[in-house]
Amino acid sequence: MKNTDTPEKKETKKITFPQEWLVPVLAVVTGLIVGAIVILVSGENPFVAYGALFEGSFGNPLDYVEGFKSFFTTGDTQLLLRAIYPFTESLVTATPYIFAGLSVALGFRCGLFNIGAEGQFFVGALTSAYIGYSLTGLPTIIHLPLAILGGALGGAIWGMIPGYLKARFGAHEVVNTIMMNWIAFRLSDWLLNGPMKSSGFRPVTPNVEVTAELPRFFPEPLRFNLGFFLALLFAYLVYWFLFKTTLGFEIRSVGANPDAAKYAGMNIIRNFVLVMFLAGGLAGLAGSAQVLGVDHWVGQGFSAGYGFDAIAIALLGKSHPAGVVLSALLFGFLRSGATDMQSIARIPIDIISIIQGVVIVFIAAPDIIRWLYRIRVKKAEDTVLTRGWGK
Amino acid sequence: MKISNREISSETEKRQRISFGVTLLVVGLLIYLIFGLNTQANALATFGLNLSGSQALKVPDLVVPSLAGVYAMAILAVFAGAYQLARGVRATGWLIGIIAFTFVVAFLLWAVQDKSFSLTGMLSSTVVRATPIVLAALCGVISERSAVINIGIEGIMLMAAQTAVITATVSGNLYVGLFFAIVMGGLVAALHAYLVIRFKVDQTVSSVAINIFGAGATAFISSRFMQRAGDMLNNSGTFPIISIPVLSKIPVLGPVLFENNLIVYLTIVLVIAMHILLYYTPWGLRTRAVGEHPKAADTLGINVYLMRYVNVILGGMIAGLGGAYFTIGSVGRFDEAMTAGKGFIGLAAMIFGNWNPIGAYTSSLIFGFADSLQVKLQILRIPIPSEFLLMAPYIVTMIILTGVVGRAVPPAADGQPYEK
Amino acid sequence: MTNVLELRGITKRFPGVLANDKVDITLREGKILALLGENGAGKSTLMNILYGLYKPDEGQIFVRGQAVDILGPNDAIAQGIGMVHQHFMLVPVMTVTENVMLGIEPVKNGVFLDKEKVSNRIREISDQYGLEVDPNAYIRDLPVGIQQRVEIIKVLYRQADILILDEPTAVLTPQEVDGLFKIIDTLIKSGKSLIFITHKLKEVLAVADDITVLRLGKTVGSIDPKEATTDTLATMMVGRDVNLVVEKSPAKPGEPVLEVNDLFVRDERQQTTVQGISFEVRKGEVLGIAGVQGNGQTELVYALTGLLPLDTGTIQLTGKPLSHNSPREILERGVAHIPEDRQRHGLILSFPIHDNMVLCTYYKKPFANGISMQEKAIFSKSEELVKQYDVRTPNIYVNAGTLSGGNQQKVIIAREFSRPIELLIASQPTRGLDVGSIEYIHSQIIKKRDEGSGVLLVSSELDEILALSDRIAVMYKGQIMAVVDAASATKEQLGLLMAGVHPSESKNKK
Repeated sequence: MKNTDTPEKKETKKITFPQEWLVPVLAVVTGLIVGAIVILVSGENPFVAYGALFEGSFGNPLDYVEGFKSFFTTGDTQLLLRAIYPFTESLVTATPYIFAGLSVALGFRCGLFNIGAEGQFFVGALTSAYIGYSLTGLPTIIHLPLAILGGALGGAIWGMIPGYLKARFGAHEVVNTIMMNWIAFRLSDWLLNGPMKSSGFRPVTPNVEVTAELPRFFPEPLRFNLGFFLALLFAYLVYWFLFKTTLGFEIRSVGANPDAAKYAGMNIIRNFVLVMFLAGGLAGLAGSAQVLGVDHWVGQGFSAGYGFDAIAIALLGKSHPAGVVLSALLFGFLRSGATDMQSIARIPIDIISIIQGVVIVFIAAPDIIRWLYRIRVKKAEDTVLTRGWGK
Repeated sequence: MKISNREISSETEKRQRISFGVTLLVVGLLIYLIFGLNTQANALATFGLNLSGSQALKVPDLVVPSLAGVYAMAILAVFAGAYQLARGVRATGWLIGIIAFTFVVAFLLWAVQDKSFSLTGMLSSTVVRATPIVLAALCGVISERSAVINIGIEGIMLMAAQTAVITATVSGNLYVGLFFAIVMGGLVAALHAYLVIRFKVDQTVSSVAINIFGAGATAFISSRFMQRAGDMLNNSGTFPIISIPVLSKIPVLGPVLFENNLIVYLTIVLVIAMHILLYYTPWGLRTRAVGEHPKAADTLGINVYLMRYVNVILGGMIAGLGGAYFTIGSVGRFDEAMTAGKGFIGLAAMIFGNWNPIGAYTSSLIFGFADSLQVKLQILRIPIPSEFLLMAPYIVTMIILTGVVGRAVPPAADGQPYEK
Repeated sequence: MTNVLELRGITKRFPGVLANDKVDITLREGKILALLGENGAGKSTLMNILYGLYKPDEGQIFVRGQAVDILGPNDAIAQGIGMVHQHFMLVPVMTVTENVMLGIEPVKNGVFLDKEKVSNRIREISDQYGLEVDPNAYIRDLPVGIQQRVEIIKVLYRQADILILDEPTAVLTPQEVDGLFKIIDTLIKSGKSLIFITHKLKEVLAVADDITVLRLGKTVGSIDPKEATTDTLATMMVGRDVNLVVEKSPAKPGEPVLEVNDLFVRDERQQTTVQGISFEVRKGEVLGIAGVQGNGQTELVYALTGLLPLDTGTIQLTGKPLSHNSPREILERGVAHIPEDRQRHGLILSFPIHDNMVLCTYYKKPFANGISMQEKAIFSKSEELVKQYDVRTPNIYVNAGTLSGGNQQKVIIAREFSRPIELLIASQPTRGLDVGSIEYIHSQIIKKRDEGSGVLLVSSELDEILALSDRIAVMYKGQIMAVVDAASATKEQLGLLMAGVHPSESKNKK
């Protein structure tokens, strides 16, 4: 009944850069304001708390001054390293977020909702850890790539299963990726208590060999490592893949209009499987980077929350690799800084989840932001993210 | 056109008949190979039928010769398979039932050989463990029947669980806790409804936001306030077990069904009430119409948005009850992330139960059964990792979703916002 | 005689468009008013206002002389107005009874649905008007014609005496149309008044007591059917003399490009909708496929273009069979496809024009080098095509969704004609377009024919078929009734074939 070319559609224009980012920025600002209100209600001073958050994520400017001073006068790096510690820790936290966010974003581009990044992350981490500790005597040049590749492959297979079920049977990937998460958790419960358990009492894997560790740039306790640059490299690769290759063109076509993609001779089934394979691989890399670069072992609840964080990051980054990197950095800094906030201002770290939930709502409902700030933002072409349970 | 359809449907029927028949034969063979060959010849399996502390009349324990029992199950499966191949039975539910029954019974006979196992205890804990799952599933059924997907049940239950324990502890009254848990569930669901109906937010995204927010907010409150206040905020006690006169005296059935707490009873009542509401009342007819073809309902003067609001909020209230179960219905205190994915399993139970209340209850019982079996098996020291048993429900759900065994058909408009 | 319904000065604006501009219509009691107009003339908007689905910006509705406000379907129903929608508003998984009772459910014991009461009433209504509907049948099992009767029952059950039928014949076979006209007759005899919305001129002359014509949202005028002819009505409807005759020289058919042999196809719901079709299309000719909508034409085209799998039968392109009937293979064998649903299949609305221009060739040189897309080549080709096919757009970087329907169709034609083709399959190529675009597209199709391509034209507009085709195949219930020479074909002859009657048979009957 609806007229096919409704006038509203005619008004849509290609959105220019600043406007496109206006809503996400305002959503984050609003999220922080809501967070401040929560802090206020729980009886603390939001300025003190956010001050601690800032210091926890970027470091204290005075420390930087002191650090540089002593570096230039005495050549001592001790104070400088201490000053940059919070900043590098934030980058360390952001690293798996970039990978996991790219995973979910890639799915969105093909019209698939990957809620399974968490399970894929876990499987990737377990595979990397296994390759990392079980193989000994290999040189780094072989061992490290092997461990990374293993992690990617583990996650990729975990992601491909729901992708295949979607392509072959039309089974909805949202439910199946959730199910795969729980299967991954149960599997890891078993592995960590059995075959992969280290000699101690706790259900954790042994430490990976030094040859499988991602190299760190600074001495302990700074954990900043190659993983971060690997993440940036992959962000660029995903960008290139999505926007500059025929495969990416197909994926975006399938995501935007599967019927037209089929009409144009694209193989929808193959694209669904491919995208879920790659998305799983990216989530697996997140786990891999975390275990090889930061923790060096895997324990229970290792991946807790990464899947949902990744969804938030992909949504906030508008499923664009550059946006994903920016929003992953944002949440990395928030999460990392929140640890300091917890000890200084006694605000539990979980405030970040609250802010995250609020931000997602605002991102998904730009109308609320428009209404809140009385701004006129031209309507973007809304991408359909999910299409019910069935086909 | 009609004739060809019948031909096609008879063709698929035939294929299904053969696949079920073969599956049954394979199950029979597997029972023989896995359990039959590994069971000692004169081992006895003792199934305890009495529950300590129960009011039920005492009955002697059930003692079964393991091997004979296993063989009986194998034969039953093979016989059913042969009959299916030869004649063909249409009742898919029965066939799946036979497969599950024979396999599980044979498994138990094998596992319990020369040991003793409290059957009544396991069934009783099945009903109890199924309770939060079925409440989550009912929340899903009621909102998705009106075409609103809600996978934020987990977050809703967490918030309701916390609300229940705090309000109950502060007021010293469990009913106050129950009331506020339900109100909390309704409020969060109302937010979800408002976002997806008024602002047309993607329903999965909104649900995810609720899950993240729920986990964050409850953890925040827990570590900021509850840990410091200790028992002042987080020690409510639990609803007492109510034994229903006469009925609770029935052996086995009594302790399983009629010696439970308020929330378990409420759940069973809710399942029946929802079934009647959905299929025999105007409200149910309208709900289903709104979920299948909202435009048709709209042209007949039914307020689609209102129906969806009401359903989603009712669903949230049911999930709120489910949340209350975790604290004031079972342990009397709140822990972070204590719902442990029951909200998502409820979603699986909803799909498995084909979006109807009775089906959701049945599949929740199966999930609850797997859960309690796993606990009991740890006690029996069976050489199968219990984690694999816990995986079974998820794998089964994925198989169901493929549509190879009985298609799960969601409401036609499920997940789509309605635009006039 | 009184007026049961009057609409005065109804105006409805949508952002950027004036859908109704001071429209006046009058319905006399016990009469049939035909509301005539092209697609997009504002008929449906007007009726949605009358039924309370839209709110008018200006104007007043009078029912039996009383000014009324209709704010929702409930108000319309309360005023005795009932609507039979073009796309049926029925829940397929429910029974007739459930569909009819929905919204005004009688209850017993205070809460439970009283289905028996409703099904008895349905039987009464069904008997009274000769509708023959089983109240316990499920909607999904009923043929389209019967589903329409269920819609009528829904309206009658609500005791409406003003009935609106929105394009009721669009989905019916000619026989079902006759059946519908009989039902309309009984309705009028029992005192109901009717608004009949259509764009088919002959139907208007057959049933209407009064005719009101809408064009571009305005009332063009009212006319007495006794004084009207199809020509005068067509002129009123379109606003100028319609010239559907396309200048073309006689066809010079060559080798067959498409040979279809004994084709069976099942649609997405597993109904066998194409049942044993054989035909061929030769180089340099247009084969038109005529037929009432829903007689398997859509599925035939989908099967020929690889969007639906074949059940049995063979398809040969330029003498060689297809190996696996995939869209990609068919495209590469030189088939161009102008799809029936241009927004569903033909375009990705959220992609810029340049991406849509290479939707089928993006992986080929010069647009791609290996897997790397070559943007420069894509842009320059798109610029060229936009100019060549006169696509009205600010630039090639805007999204296809921002274009008007006619320009969207031009993008599709530009894309499909931009590669060497042997066969053009055009399905409903001008549906919903303005007259200017229609003429342009017709000339392009004939141009392709004259360049030596074979053309398969599927259209439910008989005039379009007659204007463009060299030969005409008529489809009915998934089969081809006959293939006739376009030069000697008449509308009457085709009409009978479309109804499943061979002209010789009909003579015998008489």
